[in-house]
Amino acid sequence: MSSLSLGKAFTTLLQRDLLLVMRRRSEAVNPVLFFIIVASLFPFGTGSDNELLQKIAPGIVWVGALLATMLSLDAIFRSDFEDGSLEQLMLSPHPASLLVLAKVIAHWLVTGVPLLIAAPFMALLYGLPPEAMTTLMISLLIGTPILSLVGSVGVALTVALRHGGVILSLLVLPLYVPVLIFGSGAVELAVDGFSPAANLYMLSAILALSLVLTPWPAAAALRLSLS
Amino acid sequence: MNSLSEFLHMGGYGQYVWSAYGITFVAMLLALLIPVRQHRGLRKRLKKQLARQAKSKN
Amino acid sequence: MIMKFIHRFASPPFFYRFSAKAMPWFVGLFLLFLGYGLYGGLVVAPADYQQGESYRIIYIHVPAAWLSLFVYMVMATSAAIALIWRIKLSDVVLISSAPIGAMFTFVALVTGSIWGKPMWGTWWEWEARLTSELILLFLYLGIIALYNAVEDKRIASRAVAILTLVGVVNIPIIHYSVEWWNTLHQGPTVTKFDKPSIHLSMLLPLLSMAIAFKLYYGLALLARARNELLQRERNAGWVKEMLKDE
Repeated sequence: MSSLSLGKAFTTLLQRDLLLVMRRRSEAVNPVLFFIIVASLFPFGTGSDNELLQKIAPGIVWVGALLATMLSLDAIFRSDFEDGSLEQLMLSPHPASLLVLAKVIAHWLVTGVPLLIAAPFMALLYGLPPEAMTTLMISLLIGTPILSLVGSVGVALTVALRHGGVILSLLVLPLYVPVLIFGSGAVELAVDGFSPAANLYMLSAILALSLVLTPWPAAAALRLSLS
Repeated sequence: MNSLSEFLHMGGYGQYVWSAYGITFVAMLLALLIPVRQHRGLRKRLKKQLARQAKSKN
Repeated sequence: MIMKFIHRFASPPFFYRFSAKAMPWFVGLFLLFLGYGLYGGLVVAPADYQQGESYRIIYIHVPAAWLSLFVYMVMATSAAIALIWRIKLSDVVLISSAPIGAMFTFVALVTGSIWGKPMWGTWWEWEARLTSELILLFLYLGIIALYNAVEDKRIASRAVAILTLVGVVNIPIIHYSVEWWNTLHQGPTVTKFDKPSIHLSMLLPLLSMAIAFKLYYGLALLARARNELLQRERNAGWVKEMLKDE
């Protein structure tokens, strides 16, 4: 294989991951389906009092998105790990952290974006007022990539383990809490008529931090899992 | 405080104060005793292993 | 020169022998500071103006909470040293500290809950400090779980070092976000973990207990580290020599 520039390698990997998902489209739908199910279940548990539902709407939508993302994390590295292509990837001359970033972006496009589309509909079911809807979308737009980035470190650490899924949830939960707090908090502020700007800035800062700080440990962890 | 019974009573909060101190004491004691016990077992096992290795060499 | 000292100190046989000699000193100092702290806190210090005698839980709750963070900082430092300089002892210190840190976090949570019951009326309150401690407990449990799940302990050590460092970056973010979350949803109950009127007769025993707990951590760490080291080095020459000589 002739040497590829880093940019070309990045986009090729991204395209390849997206293509692979397209071939198994029914599987790709699972996270969104799970999100819809979770959001639909809660009123049966809590009662359908409109005031209550409106109050918990930001939290429900955010926790649902978070859980759906957590379930889908395994897919970032699993199939490549099992068929050996992950090893091949790590052997390439390009910095592994950037290749990992490409895979994480693919994951977000496949999982986060559909969640972004489904979220406002579920929020409607909970009677979220329209003025808060934009905040919800923006908070998820900034937040879901963070979930994918931070989650990728957890998956990288556990992909080689037999019961990795359970440990993955334990590892990733503490790291997700701030995202959840600022994300759903932003929507709550918007519902009450306050400005969510500070929260959204915090989220953006966390996103920037994650973009820079997560690919390296994820790549290092992948090397460990492969050894 | 003036007497032992007052000390134990802790102004009515005795059960709270003493259960808190009790749990702390037990947790810290266990966290120390367990590794100490494990250490003795480990050394015994290793010595036995060593003796077996020496025997099999002869 | 410092590197030579570190390398000598970090050599397994040296550390093993040193720790055996150091432990009795730790025990002695621990009991000293514990004694003064308990006597000063339980007997000498006056009752709190607002909370009466129940505030005395502070003498174990606050040091436990401080230690739960302190231990994690030590772990994070060891993780960095282990990853950069590949010093075996750092790996050992890291994994030996984790259960101790988890224990302190657990104690902080339980004593905080017990302290809260007579004051709040409930066994739990989602206030900032307790909630942060809860998340910290999950961080500790994750590290322990990951280490136990990986068979090759050399790989397990490196994985856990990476995880610890990822966690340490998150701790300030978690603290700040939970603080903010708590002010957003502040109920009518005022958090009363914030500083009862603290005068010297209360402060000195508190600090003494904090030092005592730190000494305890050193003691427990040495105890666990010896085990871990012995286990990892069981086939090394120095271990065989040492066991033979007894």
